Amino acid sequence: MNEYTQLTGEAFWLPIIFIGLMGLAFFVYAILDGYDLGVGILLPKNSEQHRDTMIASIGPFWDANETWLVLGIGVLLIAFPTAHSLVLFHLYLPVTVMLAGLILRGVAFDFRAKALPDHKDLWDKIFKIGSLLATLSQGYMLGIYVMGFESSLKSILFASLSAVCVTAGYSYIGACWLVMKTEGDLQRSATRWARKCGWLMALGLIAVSIVNPWVSPSIYDKWFGSPTLLLLMIIPTLCFSLLFASDRFLKNFSQDLESFSWFPFISAAIIFLMSFIGLAYSFFPYVVPNQLTIWQSASAPESLKFILVGSVVVLPTIIAYTIFSYRIFRGKATQLKYY
Amino acid sequence: MSDPLLDTLLLSRIQFAANISFHILFPSISIALCWFLVYFKLRYKGEGDDVWMRAYRFWVKIFALTFALGVVSGITMSFQFGTNWPGYMETVGNIAGPLLGYEVLTAFFLEATFLGIMLFGINRVSNRMHTIATLLVAFGTTMSAFWIIALNSWMQTPTGFEMRDGKAYPLDWLEIIFNPSMPYRLAHMLVASGLTAAFLIAGISAYRILKKDHKPAPRLALKTSVVAAAILIPVQIFLGDLHGLNSLEHQPAKVAAVEAVWKTEKGAPLVLFAIPDAKTQENKFAIEIPKMASLILTHDVNGEIKGLNEFPNAHPPVAPVFYGFRIMVGVGVLMLLVSWIGVWQLRLIAKGRRQEMSPWLLKIFVGMTFSGWVATLAGWYVTEIGRQPWLVTGVVTTQDAVTKVPASNVGISLTIYLVLYAVLLVAYIRTLFVMANKSVLVDKPNEIETLADQLATRTQKVETAS
Repeated sequence: MNEYTQLTGEAFWLPIIFIGLMGLAFFVYAILDGYDLGVGILLPKNSEQHRDTMIASIGPFWDANETWLVLGIGVLLIAFPTAHSLVLFHLYLPVTVMLAGLILRGVAFDFRAKALPDHKDLWDKIFKIGSLLATLSQGYMLGIYVMGFESSLKSILFASLSAVCVTAGYSYIGACWLVMKTEGDLQRSATRWARKCGWLMALGLIAVSIVNPWVSPSIYDKWFGSPTLLLLMIIPTLCFSLLFASDRFLKNFSQDLESFSWFPFISAAIIFLMSFIGLAYSFFPYVVPNQLTIWQSASAPESLKFILVGSVVVLPTIIAYTIFSYRIFRGKATQLKYY
Repeated sequence: MSDPLLDTLLLSRIQFAANISFHILFPSISIALCWFLVYFKLRYKGEGDDVWMRAYRFWVKIFALTFALGVVSGITMSFQFGTNWPGYMETVGNIAGPLLGYEVLTAFFLEATFLGIMLFGINRVSNRMHTIATLLVAFGTTMSAFWIIALNSWMQTPTGFEMRDGKAYPLDWLEIIFNPSMPYRLAHMLVASGLTAAFLIAGISAYRILKKDHKPAPRLALKTSVVAAAILIPVQIFLGDLHGLNSLEHQPAKVAAVEAVWKTEKGAPLVLFAIPDAKTQENKFAIEIPKMASLILTHDVNGEIKGLNEFPNAHPPVAPVFYGFRIMVGVGVLMLLVSWIGVWQLRLIAKGRRQEMSPWLLKIFVGMTFSGWVATLAGWYVTEIGRQPWLVTGVVTTQDAVTKVPASNVGISLTIYLVLYAVLLVAYIRTLFVMANKSVLVDKPNEIETLADQLATRTQKVETAS
């Protein structure tokens, strides 16, 4: 890395700005598509009405939510093309599974309402399976990436653990979304689902936090090799405090607490944020762990500047109209009529 | 024993072709269909224009379904470059990257966000805001086409860049985006979308009428779409001519293959039909019009057209582009005939001299429901296969860009995609006709009250109470 401290000016800063942008895109994706994939995973077999309401709660948002994934992978493509090629080469099959899952989930939204009525149950199953496939594969890919694309049994086991952890995480934030957006029986069920998934997610987070420094000496050093450890301890502390507080809230939830129904969702979002910060800290400045730094794989400054100019104008606009859209659909999910 | 990398190449080509063919089916409908929806909404100015609103409500459901399929297949496309064609990004990534990035930033987010409001927000926002949302979605889909065609056209006729150490670097973004072939190809594609959507609307509306739907909405939709098609098809033919002139100047090998001109000649004949034979370098069973190819392409009966002999080993395979072009033009001619006869009959209906469009013409429209797909796919095959062996003309060949992923992995992914796409295509077409049949039976489509309706009802209640 030492030779890259020779870089000055835009050659040094542009890659940093872009890895930040990419991290932001994937983080926003994890929250937004996290909750709608989570809702899909939680679809219950035995109540069509609940399924209808659950899907109604995410109907207006899923498309825009998914677009953050395209942005994330797009920034990787634009800013770090060699890394992009390497990453997609190693993740070829899991990416295919993820895409299959996203395709199935996306079309199930419409087909369940518009195809023949006796096919609706089938499309609901497809919705659930699609959501599960997309989530498991994303978790698996994260695990393989963290292991630096090493192909070994160790990697496969860790990636499988990661797959379960991410699935629990998305289910958790999905259930928290439902607590915020639904009422009555469904809301009560959501509080139960959220608690279960929360603990599963916590187990996963603990496991990943132990395994990560164990398999990677450089990560071990970054975390435990300096006094920054004290500052870094905020991350797990905040995560587990929020998880615990959320759990208590969900356990004791009643109509009196309705005006705070956003609390579990916001906690979940903060837990995701902390996890991202932890990962980012572990891996910076590598875009491919232990193989490629951001400076090694960055695009030409001319291209980066061209897209940065546009992004600075457009991203705030995107965030503004996204907030506008969520405000229009604020409140409890009402019956979705396609229309 | 075959070269394993060649298997990966062939499988990757098939996979990319399958992915992009499946994908284009849906935006080619949804771009223009959204503009039709904007038109329906603008014609609906409040009470009394109910029929426009009914047409909107029926077609917005089809739009939503089509758009969803376009989105999910589009997300797949955004991964294909990386998974199967890493050489592409490595060589021209500095140019392709930002163009794709701008597509995501200016088009995808816009259309996706306002789609939610357009589809599900009609009872939460004013009629004006809802129309604006519809307009923004239409604008978003058009911007999407703009960026993608800008990039695709740059691959055909690259300008505004320089090569350094085997990588392309941008010099002038305006020259890159507005490269020589871009305006023609963008216009051609947007009009193609117009025609595809028009014939889809006409076909489904004709189907409903044939199934004894007595309501005015399908007749209104039929009229709108047939008139649109009749206007657009001559425009498309004109644009096609301009596009051909541009291709002759910048991509002569492609034109030679499309016209099956084996050897450079002056006053080349227009080959209406033949079986081109690559081995003997001649066209068997040719039905030709003398001098017409030169006339059309150079606007001079004795104009010179370079033959394939001028581009040894650097020209596309002749058969697919030759036949593809003729299929596209054939469908175009059919569209012209059918839409103009349709307009003729509509005029008679307007003058009271006919009650309804003839059943035989309605049946033809039903048969042509997906004619836009055939023409659009054929055209895309001509332009993309016609660029081979180049991936980016003069810069990098397709085979140099392919991945080193083992062929077996590509085989697996290809199988998954093919199965998915076959199932979804069948489901899509069946669902269109399920929806058409359902609408025949209901008196009024499932409606939810607009915000304006709700307020009107409440005002009424207050007035009667006081």
